[in-house]
Amino acid sequence: MIGFQTLFYKEILRFWKVATQTITAPIMTAMLYLLIFGHVLEEHVKVYDRISYTAFLIPGLVMMSVLQNAFANSSSSLIQSKITGNLVFVLLPPLSHWELFGAYVLAAVVRGLAVGAGVFIITAWFADLSFVAPWWIAVFAVLGAAMLGTMGLIAGIWAEKFDQLAAFQNFLIMPATFLAGVFYSIHSLPPFWQTVSRFNPFFYMIDGFRYGFFGQSDVDPVTSFAIVGIFFMLLAGFAIHLLRTGYKLRH
Amino acid sequence: MQEAYTAIMAAIQITNVKKRYKSVQALAGVSLSIGQGEFFGLLGPNGAGKTTLISIIAGLNRADSGNVSIHGHDVVSDYRQARRMLGVVPQELVFDPFFTVRETLRMQSGYFGLKNNDAWIDEVMHNLDLTSKADANTRTLSGGMKRRVLVAQALVHKPPVIVLDEPTAGVDVELRQTLWQFIGRLNREGHTVVLTTHYLEEAQALCNRVAMLKAGQVVALDTTAALIKRISGSQLVVSLAQGHLPDSLKPLVTRPEELLAGNKYTLRVNDYVEVEPILARLREAGARIEDMQLQQADLEDVFLQIMGEEK
Repeated sequence: MIGFQTLFYKEILRFWKVATQTITAPIMTAMLYLLIFGHVLEEHVKVYDRISYTAFLIPGLVMMSVLQNAFANSSSSLIQSKITGNLVFVLLPPLSHWELFGAYVLAAVVRGLAVGAGVFIITAWFADLSFVAPWWIAVFAVLGAAMLGTMGLIAGIWAEKFDQLAAFQNFLIMPATFLAGVFYSIHSLPPFWQTVSRFNPFFYMIDGFRYGFFGQSDVDPVTSFAIVGIFFMLLAGFAIHLLRTGYKLRH
Repeated sequence: MQEAYTAIMAAIQITNVKKRYKSVQALAGVSLSIGQGEFFGLLGPNGAGKTTLISIIAGLNRADSGNVSIHGHDVVSDYRQARRMLGVVPQELVFDPFFTVRETLRMQSGYFGLKNNDAWIDEVMHNLDLTSKADANTRTLSGGMKRRVLVAQALVHKPPVIVLDEPTAGVDVELRQTLWQFIGRLNREGHTVVLTTHYLEEAQALCNRVAMLKAGQVVALDTTAALIKRISGSQLVVSLAQGHLPDSLKPLVTRPEELLAGNKYTLRVNDYVEVEPILARLREAGARIEDMQLQQADLEDVFLQIMGEEK
């Protein structure tokens, strides 16, 4: 357990030492989204009755920040360690694949939640928010962060240079989060795109998370939870398999 | 001789290890047994497979076939125990730019399951002259200092087996002395040390036993003293002011590159009585000797001769 704890602590310390870049900057970005989109769309978009567009947008932005930063944490830590070669410090000790997985993913969850909390604290002032089901808020935040932390781990193991990781981030993670209903309800989309959205697991994370605030969502939160949970298990199983076989790390 | 080392459990037992990278056979069936408490040298030219072998021992790479065990623990199936027994100083000068020297060493201790390891960390830093840099960020250290941190990291868990992969490449004399003093002490206290190096005088001075690798195979394995004795008794070094080495003497040259350039030749002599006939042949060939020395062969001569032999 000490090995796991140490690696977890190291991963926390790593992002904390550059908090301006890893915490403050993403909070600032989310704030800009809120100011611009909230201002422009407030009068034009109505998603749910009795909920202003800004109030609708805030949980989406919080969740988007949680997801993107959880992904960024595990993936950038791994690729940096691989490229600078200091990954040997983690590969030489008797750390099991479970400990490696747990430490990287849990640290990613902490970073995701820290940024998400920061975004929430500074955006919550702009609208009246309710907390109909706080447990769902917590469940989707943690599970979503864990899933993206796991995806970051897989991307970090797979990528051999920053370029490949950037491709993963820009062509997969970014579109998947933007198209998951951060800025709109999928009910406002044409039927074809509604169907496409339902194949995007990120949609269920954001939809379920938003349910926790308003008690309204496009999909039943239990269904969303089941879908996100299954995705997470599949990805976690895959990541642990890669760590156990030493794919690209012990070659 | 070999049996004496394997009688007790080996520190490192390597059995028929093979590794291929696409078209290159990096290791072509290596078997070695390194006894506990040995100071063992792993020598060979670049590309001979030394680093691949060390990576397999350390679990940084996996063999295609064959086994490696550390103190009886298989490096794949029982990797946790095996890695606890092993401290590896990697060849590449790597560091984590986020942390200070002390943070780095505390974390490395933690990875090995050790808490409250500061007393030993302080001792390691003291012995490697790192104490004054304890709170400096590793990013700000010179190359030599970074190398010391790497050595310290490999020793945080007091491993019974220490592997150093070219630890003195590009390192100043002071660090070499500090390093060998400390590693020497650990070896005397019972730690097994495995060293790869390009500095053969270093291997000769430190290692009690040596394995030479060539193209992924062990081509020599013996005590350092026996190797030097077995290959060649003495050497006659002649510098010619005039004329050339006659063809009849060319097979005696121990360093093939000397035949290509220069006027200095190192000739193998098994006995002193062979010196006079060599000088006579040089005179007959019209060569005039400028300088002449009779010297004991060293590990470098043995190395060059073994590596020069056609397999």
